[in-house]
Amino acid sequence: MSKIETSKQSRRAFLSGAAAVGAGAMASGEALAQTADPLITQPQEWAQGFGDGVDATSYGLPSQYEGDVIRRNVEWLTADQISSINFTPIHALDGTITPQGCAFERHHSGAIDLSKSDYRLMINGLVDTPLVFTYDDLERFPRENHVYFCECAANTGMEWAGAQLNGAQFTHGMIHNMEYTGVPLRLLLEEAGYDTAGKWVFVEGADASSNGRSIPMDKALDDVLVAFKANGEALRKEHGYPVRLVVPGWEGNMWIKWIRRIEVTNFPVESREETSKYTDTLENGVSRKWTWAMDAKSVVTSPSPQAPIKHGKGPLVITGLAWSGNGAIKRVDVSKDGGKTWETARLAKPGEKMALTRFYLDIDWDGSEMLLQSRAIDETGYVQPTKTQLRDVRGLNSIYHNNCIQTWWVRESGEAENVEVS
Amino acid sequence: MSKYLKSITLAFAVFAITGPAFAEKFGLGRPALLAEVAAWDWDINALGEGLPSGSGDALVGEEIFAEKCAACHGDFAEGIDNWPKLAGGADTLDHENPLKTVGSYWPHLTTAYDYIKRSMPYGNAGSLTDDEVYAIVAYILYSNNLIDDDFLLSDDNFMEFEMPNKAGFVVDDRAEAEYVIWSGAPCMEYCKDSVEITMRALVLDVTPDLDVAPEAVTPVSVVAEVPEPEAAAIDLELAAAGEKVFKKCKSCHQVGERAKNKSGPILNGVVHHAAGSVDGFKYSKAMKAVAEGGLIWTEYELAAFLTKPKAYLKGTKMSFTGLRNEADKLAVIEYLKTFAN
Repeated sequence: MSKIETSKQSRRAFLSGAAAVGAGAMASGEALAQTADPLITQPQEWAQGFGDGVDATSYGLPSQYEGDVIRRNVEWLTADQISSINFTPIHALDGTITPQGCAFERHHSGAIDLSKSDYRLMINGLVDTPLVFTYDDLERFPRENHVYFCECAANTGMEWAGAQLNGAQFTHGMIHNMEYTGVPLRLLLEEAGYDTAGKWVFVEGADASSNGRSIPMDKALDDVLVAFKANGEALRKEHGYPVRLVVPGWEGNMWIKWIRRIEVTNFPVESREETSKYTDTLENGVSRKWTWAMDAKSVVTSPSPQAPIKHGKGPLVITGLAWSGNGAIKRVDVSKDGGKTWETARLAKPGEKMALTRFYLDIDWDGSEMLLQSRAIDETGYVQPTKTQLRDVRGLNSIYHNNCIQTWWVRESGEAENVEVS
Repeated sequence: MSKYLKSITLAFAVFAITGPAFAEKFGLGRPALLAEVAAWDWDINALGEGLPSGSGDALVGEEIFAEKCAACHGDFAEGIDNWPKLAGGADTLDHENPLKTVGSYWPHLTTAYDYIKRSMPYGNAGSLTDDEVYAIVAYILYSNNLIDDDFLLSDDNFMEFEMPNKAGFVVDDRAEAEYVIWSGAPCMEYCKDSVEITMRALVLDVTPDLDVAPEAVTPVSVVAEVPEPEAAAIDLELAAAGEKVFKKCKSCHQVGERAKNKSGPILNGVVHHAAGSVDGFKYSKAMKAVAEGGLIWTEYELAAFLTKPKAYLKGTKMSFTGLRNEADKLAVIEYLKTFAN
């Protein structure tokens, strides 16, 4: 215990010393150490004895020190936890790939257990031969690998009427980004001999909700995947094991989990999930339907309410995520003053189509308040709108597809809060 | 093999006429049997394709609804707690908080049939007969004041029914309405004169508590150590009166041997028992807090709670407005006493 306190004290001394000397001198921090760090000078248990042997954990879990990097839900959002959603801890992640274990879940009738041996996929409707595939059949088609984001259409939906939830996990965490391995849906449709007059496919899951969506044939033939692996391993149960649909750039509700049936049709079914839900009601009471693509969007993930600045002034990494369902991210701008001035952030890698892009802005923070914002621009030239711009067109009742610019109010203490600005 | 060749030939024939080529086939999968397609292909589209033959009216529907749907959707399809409201909301779509129900919002009646048949009742999906689905759909229309209770809805007249909000939808027009505005080189400096904070999330304070990881939360002890009260004689006449009052509670609470938690907990043995202690029921934070504080549902406390639940316990999940009549409260408590834990 005393070891830890000593360590904390020396850290405080370090910070206050740094403040006195000024930010300019911080480059050579070692000169400011007042007392020797016991973590260095005293022998530590981990440096003397043994650690765990191999197989201590046959499937590895995150370090015990990362116990707070978990999915969380907002209980008041839904009537129960069976038909509900939770949120990816994006404030604590970096890079772009979302580990499956903390990638958000959305179920309409709970996450079911469906084994590969019990799995069947049917293609019927306007086809030469209605077919049934087993899981093993799917693994014999030529397969592809692609990284795509999956965003729920309701991501940020709680923020239409005002700043509501205090954390990037809750405002923007209905998203994950994985490398999928799967078979192009086109190959399966060709195998069944689809009727080129069929303009739609209706896709349906095997769970009790039998969630079903209509997808235009053009999209189905373009880039939709029937996927069975994510990030190199089998899909997790909560993401549709053993097989789910991947519909790049389009709202997550269409990414049917436990997919069991694909029907080629002339008309959309106009199912519950594409009429009463996932339609966007405008101020005049008219609602948009078939708003499938997720427009360009970004958010600063750190600093943010759940990831405050703890180190005082000096070097600060501002980072976040940007994505577009209409193509690749070309540029991300960051504002520290609530949108008065902007500077262009550094992309960790060039943006890829319909995948998360990580951005960084490395600054020397002077310790003053910031109103942090980010603004994504995609390859179509679309510029992420402000909340005011969105509301001017749509009003407050859209629920879905809120891709507004987010503002974090970072205080001198380093704490941050979800706010709206003029 | 001959089948394989035949389909290739057919594919080329199609190619010659319409353009897109079917690439080489892999010969994977097997033909689906008619019985298999019939077992899975239940969807009904907006043109009514797939509607089964059958019929039902709201009078029959009301009984089925009360038994199989009302626990979540309410006796009058008004919805309980966060469960979907199926009735009401007419002409509210351009209001500040539109009430989107089957009656006020859904553009196609086929959607109701399709969804109820494939996905309802919640927890026992696909168990309704075709006639039952017609009756339930009729009851939902009746609850929205759209048909009379004796109107027989059937596959013959189903497609003649026009939903009030049929014309209320437009196909995605973001390209014209938004993309053209939100494009081009964005402003980089002097973009606005001043910036004011206009709203703060911490003021609203609806974010879940982040201090404790869920795994670390100790489950609320299932049954607190409570001394059993002296068994008092039950006034059977009063209890019988309470049974009638209990009808108001039934859509959320069950009692008796086969009782299950619904949107409210099982009430067996609730009188003189520790609050918030029913196994498997997910209580509100508010209820958990008073349970941890040691609240016992004495007759006095129950009566106070039942008078106006939300006033007695701010944050309770119980959406019931309350029993104002003293005699009703005493009666329903007496009725509850007849069910031991």
